Amino acid sequence: MAPELVFSPELSRQLELWVGAFLTLMIFSFLYKDNPFYKFAEHLFVGVSAAYWMVQGFWGTLMPNLFGKLYPPMVRFAIPQVADQPPDPYKLIPLVFGIFLLMRLIPPVAVTARLAMGLVIGFAAGTNLTRYLQSDFVAQIDHTMMPMVAFHPDGSFALGASFNNLVLVTGVLAGLIYFFFSAEHKGLFGKASRYGIWVLMVAFGAAFGYTVMARISLLTGRMSFLGEWIRSIFS
Amino acid sequence: MFFRIWLPVIVTSIVGIVLVTALYVPHDPFGKLNGDFSEYFNIIAAFAFILGAGNLFKIHLDKIYRKTKGWLFSVVTVAGFLITLVAGLLKLGNTGGWEGDVVQPGSWFAIAYDSMFTPLQATMFSILAFFVASASYRAFRAKNTEATLLLAAALIILLGRTFVGYWMTAWMPDSLEFLTIPALSNWIMSVVNQAGQRAILIGIGLGVISTSLKVILGIERSYLGGE
Amino acid sequence: MASGLAKLGNLDRRIIYLLIALAVVIPLLLKLVFPSITTPIVQNIFDEVEALPPRSKVLLTADYGPSTVPENQPMLEAVARHCLHKGLRLYVATIWATGPPMIENMSENVIQRDFPDIVQGTEWVNLGYKAGNQGVINSAYSDFHNAFPTDARGNAVGSIPMMAEIKRLEDFDLIVAIGSGFPGVKEWIQFGGDPSGVPVAGGVTAVEAPLLYPYYPGQLLGLMGGLQGAAEYEAALVTAYPQFEETSTQAIQNMGPQTVAHLLIITFILVGNIAYFAAGREKPRLGVNR
Repeated sequence: MAPELVFSPELSRQLELWVGAFLTLMIFSFLYKDNPFYKFAEHLFVGVSAAYWMVQGFWGTLMPNLFGKLYPPMVRFAIPQVADQPPDPYKLIPLVFGIFLLMRLIPPVAVTARLAMGLVIGFAAGTNLTRYLQSDFVAQIDHTMMPMVAFHPDGSFALGASFNNLVLVTGVLAGLIYFFFSAEHKGLFGKASRYGIWVLMVAFGAAFGYTVMARISLLTGRMSFLGEWIRSIFS
Repeated sequence: MFFRIWLPVIVTSIVGIVLVTALYVPHDPFGKLNGDFSEYFNIIAAFAFILGAGNLFKIHLDKIYRKTKGWLFSVVTVAGFLITLVAGLLKLGNTGGWEGDVVQPGSWFAIAYDSMFTPLQATMFSILAFFVASASYRAFRAKNTEATLLLAAALIILLGRTFVGYWMTAWMPDSLEFLTIPALSNWIMSVVNQAGQRAILIGIGLGVISTSLKVILGIERSYLGGE
Repeated sequence: MASGLAKLGNLDRRIIYLLIALAVVIPLLLKLVFPSITTPIVQNIFDEVEALPPRSKVLLTADYGPSTVPENQPMLEAVARHCLHKGLRLYVATIWATGPPMIENMSENVIQRDFPDIVQGTEWVNLGYKAGNQGVINSAYSDFHNAFPTDARGNAVGSIPMMAEIKRLEDFDLIVAIGSGFPGVKEWIQFGGDPSGVPVAGGVTAVEAPLLYPYYPGQLLGLMGGLQGAAEYEAALVTAYPQFEETSTQAIQNMGPQTVAHLLIITFILVGNIAYFAAGREKPRLGVNR
């Protein structure tokens, strides 16, 4: 709507650079100490992101998947390609449950939102039960059953692969033993639990190393952007 | 009591049982219901965005009305929300009109996204780099065996994920290749890390399975938000 | 000297912040670049794409937002470039609301720049965003057209030529999920790859990468972890196809600041511990007169 209000590519780029740079510096000002500029940027972020998700949910899902299927001619102005499809009256069900969910905002009728939550949670529980069982339990146990004595394709003993498999299998078992609190961690059980802690500590150390890498990457991206802004001032 | 507690629990149980059954009986009606419930979930998830935004609006309008501490910043939140919402819902400045892509370059919504949302979100996450660096210096101490193992693994990974790690041990002969920093780094990730994370994954998987079962059977009802 | 080392432990955090900022800015200004060596876990993805015959169907997802663009965008673009160069059919989608602009950027940087002649609808298609997280994947598993009834431009998928052969998720030959959290690669494995049997490859932020190793190699054929993972895939791509050296090395370029910053963090850890142990030696012993 209102295509005459379109921003030219040059103006779009300048806005993106200048507004973006100022907002970036406002957030970075927190590193010195908390201040009103940071708070301004933080509150702006909350408002803009809530609206962004709502707009995407409306145009990306509600229009084509709900209104476009419930009564297709309704969306002819925006999605003419689906306007001639036959209607699907069953889409009344998610419409009704969606309205129930929105009732949460109105205290006298907020209890109806529980029906929508029931459907959502029922869906999550039903799918998670089967998928976690298959992918995160059975499959993981399956992939942990590895030969302790491994061989190369030519039949010779593979020391490296055997050692790796041994560490992997014992590591998984020891890690699981550490999290088993129904038995006291003493004797052989206690020693296995201690080995489990060591395995977990190495895993957490690896995770920390990767976390550092992730954060530095993001900082590099922001610094590149600020460099682009500074270059645009002088060019 | 029936409408507040038991009807939602019945809905949860029916949906959950249908979805579990659909894994073993993919034919109609369970297979079709599996697809239908997935679509309903997708649509209700979109309504949840509207709920979240509406709730945010309500909280901040309340702060402005009552002029509580920091209410001026709530004005910023509400203004940012309304401007972006109107620009996006009405597709202002969109050369494709109503039929155009919502993030069409040059549209007001795209400008709001590129000039505000993107830099704010990116910077919020990138600022963590400074805190990670500060934590590395001030908090990570090799106080005991476990902490030393954690730090040693972190150091090997930090070196191994860059060219410096490769260069530091490039002089080693092929027979000792497994002792080079990149090889040690890959070994830590593919063997030890995999073992530790797999143990955690199996534990979490068991937790999710048992909680899902309790929810479907109506034993766990905390998602309703209280009696 | 021990007293001086102990005082180092109380260094003002703003000096630490400044040093980290310099560790990133100076290599960027000097355009410091280091070679990247592809590890097996990333090479597997490259080899899988290489081995696919032309016209194979690849589902590429962009499930991330602007906060992780430096890590994820190079992965998306490198994989897209590789697939299109091999003549594979690319289906791009996202289950993150912030994904569509990422796909638009990929379209500008890869398709419009390197493959201006390919036609949307016959060689690649942008299916856009659909809300519902894992529900979308679950829906796509049984009926793909129901999960994605329109593409990003609003065209009904039934009218798109390359969608004719896609009825369900298992009709794809490969799923490459680029993500940065929930929903992401894990959900594509659980709800997509495992039930359908379609091989899944992943590209994630470095924070998430260690958590996905349990799925490798049985359920996840390969994983690009963070900026380094992206750089490794770019290195494999540029080695095999040198014509992409100009356009497909953004992750490799950014590894310079990464390397310097890593060395600084290692220095921080070592100096911090030295200062800690030096302070520990200085503590007066109980019961001893001074």
